[in-house]
Amino acid sequence: MLTITQALVDRIVAHARKDHPDEACGVVAGPAGSDRPERFIPMLNAAMSPTFYEFDSGDLLKLYREMDDRDEEPVIVYHSHTATEAYPSRTDISYANEPGAHYVLVSTADTDGLGDFQFRSYRIVEGEVTEEEVTIVEAY
Amino acid sequence: MAIEVRIPTILRTYTDGQKAVEANGDTLAELFADLETRHAGIQARIVDGGELRRFVNVYLNDEDVRFLDGINTKVADGDNVTILPAVAGGMA
Repeated sequence: MLTITQALVDRIVAHARKDHPDEACGVVAGPAGSDRPERFIPMLNAAMSPTFYEFDSGDLLKLYREMDDRDEEPVIVYHSHTATEAYPSRTDISYANEPGAHYVLVSTADTDGLGDFQFRSYRIVEGEVTEEEVTIVEAY
Repeated sequence: MAIEVRIPTILRTYTDGQKAVEANGDTLAELFADLETRHAGIQARIVDGGELRRFVNVYLNDEDVRFLDGINTKVADGDNVTILPAVAGGMA
């Protein structure tokens, strides 16, 4: 289960909205081992594409150095789908390399009748996708 | 002296959980072959068909080696190599 504050959900959704029609992506870091998302870090989609995202390689190194120095880990890795539902694609699954992270997907499309800005969370471990419940709280 | 190689979480299963290991070689290709002798299986996660895998980033002292000589980039004692899987995906 992912427990996250309303404020962080709002920031992720706002980022996805702002970058639409391109995919938006980023991380919410938290203290190592805490499973608590705290620090919102929007990333540049170096692919600048409506169908693909990739963190810029220089930004990626800086991000991981910084998290290492602060004893943090990527609790959430998020990105948006702009024309399909908020479910991991085959591409998402094959490049999911953080088995400890919650993979959050936001859809900025309304193709499946579930409404705008679906916000869903998954674990992706060794190619296996498991959707998990999202609990939104005011504060931890 | 040797070259320090920083290992991402996903590959630490090959290094008994160690975040950094040491290796030797004159190029990245040699370095990864040397790593393989002590951490069997790791090379194939980084190298495919003699080239760096597209979605694995390798940095030599903070520089993405794609902007250097890729897998043939020269390395020397005291250098620092960082391996980071790309964070990528999308509906495509």
